[in-house]
Amino acid sequence: MNWIIWVGAILVLIILFMIFRIGSLVELVKGNKEEEFSISWNNINAYLFLGFMFFGLVFFFWYSITYFNDYDPPVASVHGEITDNLFWVTMWITVIAFTIIFIVMFWFTFTYRYEKGRKASFFADNTKLEILWTAIPAIVLTLLVFQGLRAWSDITSPASKDAVVVEMVGQQFLWMARYPGTKDYELGKHNYKMIDASNEFGLDLSDKNSYDDFKSLELHIPVNKEILMKIRAKDVLHSVFLPHFRVKMDAVPGVQTHFKFTATKTTAQMREELNNPNFNYEMACTEVCGRGHFSMKFPVVVDSEEDYQKWLSSQESWLKQNPEYLKYVPAELKEVAMIKAGIPLDNNVSVQTAAIK
Amino acid sequence: MATLDVHHHIDTHDHDDHGHEHHHGNFWTTYIFSEDHKVIAKQFLLTGMAWALIGGVLSVLFRLQLGFPEANLSWLKPILGGWLTAEGKIDPEFYLALVTMHGTIMVFFVLTAGLSGTFSNFLIPLQIGARDMASGFMNMLSYWFFFLSSVIMFISLFISTGPAAGGWVIYPPLSALPQAIPGSGLGMTLWLVSMALFIVSSLLGSINYITTVINMRTVGMSFAKLPLTIWAFFLTAVIGILSFPVLFAAALLLIFDRSFGTSFYLSDIYIGGEALPNQGGSPILFQHLFWFLGHPEVYIVLLPALGITSEIIATNSRKPIFGYKAMVGSMLGIAILSFVVWAHHMFVTGMNPFLGSVFTLLTLIIAVPSAVKIFNYVTTLWKGNIRFTPAMLFSIGLVSFFLTGGITGLFLGNSAVDIQLHDTYFVVAHFHLVMGSASFFGMMAGVYHWFPKMFGRMMDEKLGYLHFWLTFIGVYLVFFPMHYIGIAGFPRRYYSWTAFETFSGFADLNMLVSIAAIITLAAQFVFLFNFIYHIFRGKLAPANPWNSTTLEWTTPRLPGHGNWPGEIPTVYRWPYDYSKPGSKEDFIPQHIPYSETPESNLPHENDQIKLDLGGAGVGGHKH
Repeated sequence: MNWIIWVGAILVLIILFMIFRIGSLVELVKGNKEEEFSISWNNINAYLFLGFMFFGLVFFFWYSITYFNDYDPPVASVHGEITDNLFWVTMWITVIAFTIIFIVMFWFTFTYRYEKGRKASFFADNTKLEILWTAIPAIVLTLLVFQGLRAWSDITSPASKDAVVVEMVGQQFLWMARYPGTKDYELGKHNYKMIDASNEFGLDLSDKNSYDDFKSLELHIPVNKEILMKIRAKDVLHSVFLPHFRVKMDAVPGVQTHFKFTATKTTAQMREELNNPNFNYEMACTEVCGRGHFSMKFPVVVDSEEDYQKWLSSQESWLKQNPEYLKYVPAELKEVAMIKAGIPLDNNVSVQTAAIK
Repeated sequence: MATLDVHHHIDTHDHDDHGHEHHHGNFWTTYIFSEDHKVIAKQFLLTGMAWALIGGVLSVLFRLQLGFPEANLSWLKPILGGWLTAEGKIDPEFYLALVTMHGTIMVFFVLTAGLSGTFSNFLIPLQIGARDMASGFMNMLSYWFFFLSSVIMFISLFISTGPAAGGWVIYPPLSALPQAIPGSGLGMTLWLVSMALFIVSSLLGSINYITTVINMRTVGMSFAKLPLTIWAFFLTAVIGILSFPVLFAAALLLIFDRSFGTSFYLSDIYIGGEALPNQGGSPILFQHLFWFLGHPEVYIVLLPALGITSEIIATNSRKPIFGYKAMVGSMLGIAILSFVVWAHHMFVTGMNPFLGSVFTLLTLIIAVPSAVKIFNYVTTLWKGNIRFTPAMLFSIGLVSFFLTGGITGLFLGNSAVDIQLHDTYFVVAHFHLVMGSASFFGMMAGVYHWFPKMFGRMMDEKLGYLHFWLTFIGVYLVFFPMHYIGIAGFPRRYYSWTAFETFSGFADLNMLVSIAAIITLAAQFVFLFNFIYHIFRGKLAPANPWNSTTLEWTTPRLPGHGNWPGEIPTVYRWPYDYSKPGSKEDFIPQHIPYSETPESNLPHENDQIKLDLGGAGVGGHKH
């Protein structure tokens, strides 16, 4: 079968070549050499540009307006409203500028297409005009920059003291969330050299803040509360991307990055608003990290305050899930560790004796 | 007066060479190891075209995956072999390799070497009135380093672990650790070696371009009379010399990290079940170094295209380029500012947010000279007498892309807005239009315009029109839809989006993009045929087919070694005396003195006549 396709393709090419040859020979016979180039083709190109401009713009506006909801992702964070607003202001400015220049340019190529005997105007410069169109973009850009910088400095300012802290850890090819736990609300220290198959975070168990930390494979956050997301990576670069919250920040091995934001709509509210009972917030990776880059999905749930508290209290500390790691806890902290991790103390005897032996 | 002496010297020297070539030149010295700038330019052009074809085919391969994720591609087995999965789909790692190699090839091998290498080499001596480059030997070395670099990069496509696959920006640790992705093994080593050679080639070329432009201009060719092409090539070479060594340093440190256990970019890494010993390095350092080249690189790619376009738009509008000084000024502005905007690629890398503010400010400043350039192009068209040669079509296409793609820079340059758009298809749309397609169109425009001077024959105009319209519409259909996909949040370098509900739409738009990409690639074969066929069978070109004013059109149909058989013409006027009031012809070449055109001279030009006569006297005396 394959060879038939090849033969067919070669035949088509030969036919195309013959058409081209005949065309050029006919022209040679006709002796079309009074002009170096043909005015009718020149006009065709001028009309094509005009048509391109007209239909291009009509199609652009039609599509952009008709399918607006398809590409405008719903926004669910405080700063997201601001950056979206800035995005659409920029959009209006650029679309207006683009449309004007586009029309003018292709209008010129059409109107001033070649005519025999006409002479172009010798218009080499005009200082006033040039100052004008240097100044206008400069002023518009200044306005945009100042709006942008104000938003940027708000977004990147330090988080408040009572922000809910969550740590996101990226690795090939999944995300993990670590919560500081409900006993101390502080994330324990970590050290990448302590990472192993169970201790995926590299929790440093000599730090007492680590005992009540817990791992989650879903990001739960309370609505209308500031979240401080601390971000790191274990192997290569990753990037936290929460499209609905307009959050993006790289996860860098060896460097801790962070992003603060406040979600404004719970998952339930969003489902109602979008009329889609299956809607879920999602987190993605936006820094190429290897084979599974495209599948680093992490589910995100925005809870009401009480739901969040309920969820929090239902979580088990990492240490409770991995009690064998108690042996890495310094002896004098063992009791604290067990209390914080929520491990019943009577359970402890066997572990302790094992450790002593 | 020193320049005159130099000319005198070069003159005689090259005449000797000229004779030498005739007596002893053979195939090898004339076509392969040539020191003639025109032959070297053609070598760059042909190599660049071969690379463009490879880069284009790679892009269609990954577009097949993105547009038709369900399709069975096992018919590609003869080419892709083991890189197809059992179900006939492209392997996700190979997908990343395709994306990486497409970027590397297009940015460096096509739009840097293929564009600058071709036209800087070809046009600088011809347009400034020089016999050849300052150093023909270095020029030859520049090509052969590029060739060697090409061979190594090409070989890397075929090795069993695959070519480099960490994105063309090769961010470590991904690019440093073969455990992270197989492409970071031998493929990455070859990539680094190839790029090191490429940088050597680029520096040798740039030094030559700069030296030639400064020292070897013909009598009367002051900087203020240089065609804008030469200004563009000159500034491009300056940018290249200042920025490529930084990439070299970045690559060198990466080589150390990969092979010699240093920790410039690596720290706190746990991969493949073990904690690596490296500590204290920073991946962000690499990004700073990379983008210190990477951003100027955008202008290394773009400025030559803008220069070529300026020349072609003026010629075919039969009008002087509007605002020559503003054009030079804006190029100068872009060249300088291009060095202080690099971190706008890094707003969300965890870099200090204060830096983000600074770079937002500087980035949006660079939009001003870019806007000025667009306005000046449009004004050049105003009241012109426009001839739509294929070169002119591609130049107008360039301005259109530069506008469409450039204006979205206002979103991305603004750090707060960039948070959402960074690393989405919005960025892909932006840079493919403003840098990729615009520069590619500049290159095409240049080929159509200077083909008669390169090969002494004419290309077919109608095939040129067909090529233009298919490519122009095709490029818009490929990249315009990506804006919507990007606003919807679709991340770049994704093998598939179906894992996410958020990114599950737009399958139809992605299919459209892929079909348009295939058509656009197919249209390039129209060009290839037109190009190759007419090298041998084209109509013989007249001396000055476009009625242009610049010096290259005063050479014979096929200029030999040394370019002008007799004396190099002296230059008396700027290169844009098109449709001058009073003159019979609608163009006055640069080498026509004002004394021969009393009917069209402006008052200050009449005063110039006396000075010219005096100057020519001195020049003649020296000779």
